[in-house]
Amino acid sequence: MHRSTQWVFATLAGISILCGAATVSAAEQEFTTGSSDVIIQFINQQIRQSWTDNEVQPSPVAEDTEWVRRVYLDLIGSIPPVEDVEAFVADKDKAKRAKLIDKLLDDPGYVRNWTTIWTNLCIGQQTPRFVSRDGMQKFFREAFGRNRPWKDIVSDIVTAEGHYEQNGAVNFILAQMQDRDDGVQLTAKTCRLFMGMQVQCTQCHNHPFNDWKQDQFWQFNSFFRQTDKQDHRKFNPQTGRMEDDYAEVKWRDFNGPVYFEKRNGLMQVAFPIYLGSEVNPGAETERRKELAKLMTAGDRPMISLALVNRLWGHFFSYGFTRPVDDIGPHNPATHPELMDRLADEFVKSGYDMKQLMRWVTNSEAYNLTSKGLPKKNDKDNPAAGETALFTHVYVKPMSAEQLYDSLIVATSAHKSGRSGWEQSERQRQQWMQQFVRAFGNDMAEESNSFDGTIPQALMMMNTNPKPAGDTPTLMSGAVSLEAGSHLTDLMTSPGTDVQKIQKLYMAALTRMPTRSELNGLQRFVKSSRDQKAAYQDIFWALLNSNEFILVH
Amino acid sequence: MTLQTPNGMSRRHFMGHLAASAATIPALNFIAHVKANAAELKKKNKACILLWMSGGPPSIDIWDLKPDSKNGGEFKPIATKGNLQISEHMPKTAGVMNHLSVVRAMSTREADHNRGRYYMHTAYVPNPTVVHPAFGSVVSYELGTQRKELEIPAFVSIGGGGTSPGFMGMAHAPFLVDSSGRIRNADMDDVSPERLQQRLSMLGVIEDDFIKSNRGEFPQAHKDIYKKAVNLMTSKQMDAFKVDQEKAETLAMYTGAPAQGGMMGGGGQFGRSLLMARRLVETGVPFVEIDFGGWDLHQQVFNNLKTQKLPALDAGISGLVNDLKQRNMLDDVCIVWMGEFGRTPRINQDTGRDHWAKSWSVMIGGGGLKGGVAVGETNKDGDDIATDKTYLPGDIWATVAHQLGIPLETVHQSKRGRPMKIANGGAAIKELLS
Repeated sequence: MHRSTQWVFATLAGISILCGAATVSAAEQEFTTGSSDVIIQFINQQIRQSWTDNEVQPSPVAEDTEWVRRVYLDLIGSIPPVEDVEAFVADKDKAKRAKLIDKLLDDPGYVRNWTTIWTNLCIGQQTPRFVSRDGMQKFFREAFGRNRPWKDIVSDIVTAEGHYEQNGAVNFILAQMQDRDDGVQLTAKTCRLFMGMQVQCTQCHNHPFNDWKQDQFWQFNSFFRQTDKQDHRKFNPQTGRMEDDYAEVKWRDFNGPVYFEKRNGLMQVAFPIYLGSEVNPGAETERRKELAKLMTAGDRPMISLALVNRLWGHFFSYGFTRPVDDIGPHNPATHPELMDRLADEFVKSGYDMKQLMRWVTNSEAYNLTSKGLPKKNDKDNPAAGETALFTHVYVKPMSAEQLYDSLIVATSAHKSGRSGWEQSERQRQQWMQQFVRAFGNDMAEESNSFDGTIPQALMMMNTNPKPAGDTPTLMSGAVSLEAGSHLTDLMTSPGTDVQKIQKLYMAALTRMPTRSELNGLQRFVKSSRDQKAAYQDIFWALLNSNEFILVH
Repeated sequence: MTLQTPNGMSRRHFMGHLAASAATIPALNFIAHVKANAAELKKKNKACILLWMSGGPPSIDIWDLKPDSKNGGEFKPIATKGNLQISEHMPKTAGVMNHLSVVRAMSTREADHNRGRYYMHTAYVPNPTVVHPAFGSVVSYELGTQRKELEIPAFVSIGGGGTSPGFMGMAHAPFLVDSSGRIRNADMDDVSPERLQQRLSMLGVIEDDFIKSNRGEFPQAHKDIYKKAVNLMTSKQMDAFKVDQEKAETLAMYTGAPAQGGMMGGGGQFGRSLLMARRLVETGVPFVEIDFGGWDLHQQVFNNLKTQKLPALDAGISGLVNDLKQRNMLDDVCIVWMGEFGRTPRINQDTGRDHWAKSWSVMIGGGGLKGGVAVGETNKDGDDIATDKTYLPGDIWATVAHQLGIPLETVHQSKRGRPMKIANGGAAIKELLS
């Protein structure tokens, strides 16, 4: 905290600034969501320290409407329905933010949101051949639904065997075994996703930046050599062709070392060793089980740091390291003590993901506005490559799924009783494929955030209900004037133009229109020959705006 | 389709500009000024087409054969119209090799798909502190912004995924289309132009308010992209994507398929993409990338090359060169062929080849470069460079930059203000400059 604010604060509090420590501890109590916990306080203190050290000042706490939209998007993956916003704003309870966080952590949307996120991370947005998206989703749905300890989830995935629908956890391994590459991809992805370590280049040479050596890569790889992927096909009498049936992960006999080639052409051996811990290389050892034990052992295993860092990145747009999955001495963290402490506490909590999210979302930094303060925290601009200081919440684009689900909420389609998880999931998947942007290499690394490409903009703008030879666009449904649609309901319900415009703003942007917006739009509606079309145009503009599509 | 007049100043405008300048600038500067303007004008229709062989192509079986080595594999070299031999499965390309050259001494160190892809596209190795732009984004920034008449994006990528524009910003991201050339959602038949205008002006008000609220760069970037999307929707230049406007014979030049019959699988798509690329550069797009995937041949490399990949590649490359030549465009359009890396000289137990970055080939030609040249060479077994000099992707891109008229002294700035030399400070390959 900058000295001048300290002074202002001290004066306001009516105490003199004799003792610096006293003002700092007073400042710590400045903000609370209503949930008091030593760990939340520790987060606040560490973040405040970095503000002081860097001579920047925080932006103010976000308005309720700004914050409620953000916390819905981050925790359950969609914007809040109007009724929820109104109830939250009207609530006079000082602990209402903490209460809402608890409520959302128990919402079915929480399970769906985190199932989507982890399914995409594990198998990609486009399902590879002989991988079951349904199976993977079912596994995560069950895991997040019961809030299973993260270490058990990781352990299940690393040790998984069996049929890809009966044991959905195997799909992570199946997705990494697309090539017969002796588990190279599986090794690299396991390190990166679950341990936050990028070791892929050590397959061929010692790492240029971090401490990993080529032999360590192959030592780690040797844990996966007892893994066999089997694809099954079956004859379809109707088409007269062989078709894909299912895939499974099976045990494969393997013992002893693996062999790899040094850059100088010499062959070397590597035994199963995990970060220094050796495992019996004999045939009787179940190597993946041993690996899972080692990965989940200790007071601060890498899987804890990796998850803490990834979740922090989820809520704040930037993790403690950039990228979030590259932790190590070569890549110093922005707030190392905080990252370590959160990782320790996460382990102590029994790897409780909801608890970790509760700590983060109840912190002061998460409750600030996304508006920067000119001069006071301009410096805090991680998009320009600066160290993230979290003086304000950084704006991020919605993911494709967040956008889809938010459009559903904005148009009240969630109320019209759609038929269950599976059908709505299928529709969502279909639409998703439209703008999943796959990078054009055979390793299929993907990114699906709505980060502003022309095709994405075109898709959002198009309201054509009947494009030539194509299904209706998503936006055609959102602004439809057919019977029973959101807009028709609005038009036929009682209320003045002002009220109707306000409803549209609340539905799309989770806020009331400003006076000048209201005046302008009122005039527009009045002067329009076709009232329905006018409202359609307003809603179109709201849903296409940067304010709608950004999480802020 | 006729060749458009070069974008930018008309001849009369140009002469008028000269006359005006002559009156106001000192005589000594006059000649330099004329030269600069001439160079400026020459830049106006320069372009580069990148043929990206996603997966890592075995250049040892295509451009640099080793018939006398245990690593040589099944294919034999054949003579070409240039001063080098290439694979027997590239006979049509052999006939145009007087226009194309092969850099046989590439040594690029990155043998992971993602890292190799990044390195070859940007000339920089991945670095956790900065995202470098793909060279297409650099060209979009350098040339695209000058081409005021260009209404479609200056960096188009056909059939592939996106590479990052890095610190050049989303305005220079590749515009992705598939080989059908159909731009989804571009025709909005249900809304009249007036009504669209109405909607856009309302949108403008909401967007501007949010931009003013000081929330970083995303709000403005969103507005910029919408502006581009609207320009695109209403542009006549969209015709450049419509390959179907071409004669069947022209398409057949690129696909090797008979003019009447259907097109064959991947080859058809690659050929269509190339033809679209020609239409795009003709319209003024300075950088087009075409993704031709499926080269990650860990198994059955020879059978796959012989029956699928090489027939398509051969027809495509030769078709493109011949068509550009007929249209008098070959001297203005650089063609670059590369992937993430080459493939191991040693043939593995599955009759495949694995990843290999130490010694491999990139093909480059057109754009006024010397053709028919082999630059550098590999040793007898192909597993090392035999000549003194080795080449990096920066050298390839520097050569392209040189031919496009982008000065090699150009330095860009990362978002943190770090200076970044164009093509990572690579040098134009002198054997290829005429």
